[in-house]
Amino acid sequence: MEDVRSLTGTHIDILREIGNIGAGNAATALSLLLNKKIEMSVPRVQIATFAEMMELIGGPEQVVACVYLRIEGDAPGNMFFVLPPEQAERFVRRMIGDDSFSFQDGADELGCSALQELGNILAGSYLSALADFTQLALHPSVPALAIDMLGAVLSFGLLELSRAGDYAILIDTAIYDERRPNESIDGHFFLLPDPESFSTIFRALGVSGR
Amino acid sequence: MSIVQAVKIGIAEMEVVKAPNVIRTCGLGSCVGVVIYDIGKAVAGMAHVMLPHSSMARGGDINVAKYADTAVEALIRLVVAAGGRKGMLRAKLAGGAQMFSFSAAGGDMMRIGARNVEEVKKQLERFHIPVVAEDVGGHNGRTIEFHPQTGVLSIRTASQELKEI
Repeated sequence: MEDVRSLTGTHIDILREIGNIGAGNAATALSLLLNKKIEMSVPRVQIATFAEMMELIGGPEQVVACVYLRIEGDAPGNMFFVLPPEQAERFVRRMIGDDSFSFQDGADELGCSALQELGNILAGSYLSALADFTQLALHPSVPALAIDMLGAVLSFGLLELSRAGDYAILIDTAIYDERRPNESIDGHFFLLPDPESFSTIFRALGVSGR
Repeated sequence: MSIVQAVKIGIAEMEVVKAPNVIRTCGLGSCVGVVIYDIGKAVAGMAHVMLPHSSMARGGDINVAKYADTAVEALIRLVVAAGGRKGMLRAKLAGGAQMFSFSAAGGDMMRIGARNVEEVKKQLERFHIPVVAEDVGGHNGRTIEFHPQTGVLSIRTASQELKEI
């Protein structure tokens, strides 16, 4: 795909469906892991400049807990699972059974690896659903964790894209706790395929690249 | 009395301001925020650089603010056009962190922060602009704000640590 702005409505629908299938599977995995019902939003497909994109998803300065994975295989790209730090703490407390856990107490190894593992499971289920749907081989890398400003962590996922242009296509799906639907949304999956991967994905689903 | 405006630049953007206005950019990770200023004229330009070299671009139009090798030269031009004097220009920089400490992201992109810093410095040297102060590397994101009147660069991290260089 030479220019991300040349996407048609059909392409956008396909990308939205990818977010739907991937995050749906991940939400199911999370709900099994935490033994509570997790809902997901309708995926948003954002096509924006890098600066615009940062604003659209909450501003570059917002502090987040972020698990990052590189996707390798037929359609390489970047995947982020982003949570507010307080929410990440709640997940970790539940996973390790320690109600006093906090990221403020310095680098807690157990807590960090629990969060990394959570990201690993969720991204793995997102990607395996995507791989089934497209019949493409997709392998997640080892997950990496950072708790820092959104702009600082997400810009790493834009580097490959930025070599090809100034626009990013972001597939964003939010998940939240069903019992508190009006509270702030709990987590986001961001899928940022590399520029060449779009044609591969569209071809795999029987739609021409342009 | 004039109202102070904080001009905000995003990733891969650049802009120039005059005192009393200030210029800022948020959430620098492996990106580098480079400031070129003439304190006597109270004028400063800032670029939020993403990648070291424009040769990394895969064709198409090049956004000069995105690459260290093109941003420094373009920024000098902006500052001079706004009244900065070539021989009086100084630089400060911040950013170039390594946000994720694993190698799965591909060796090429892992050291990108350090490479951005190296290339910015190389370009500044080419135009004989001294680097007065820097806060680079590490594993933390940074938000920076520059005051052309005083020449102070304020740097804030996610843990709310504040420093001035």
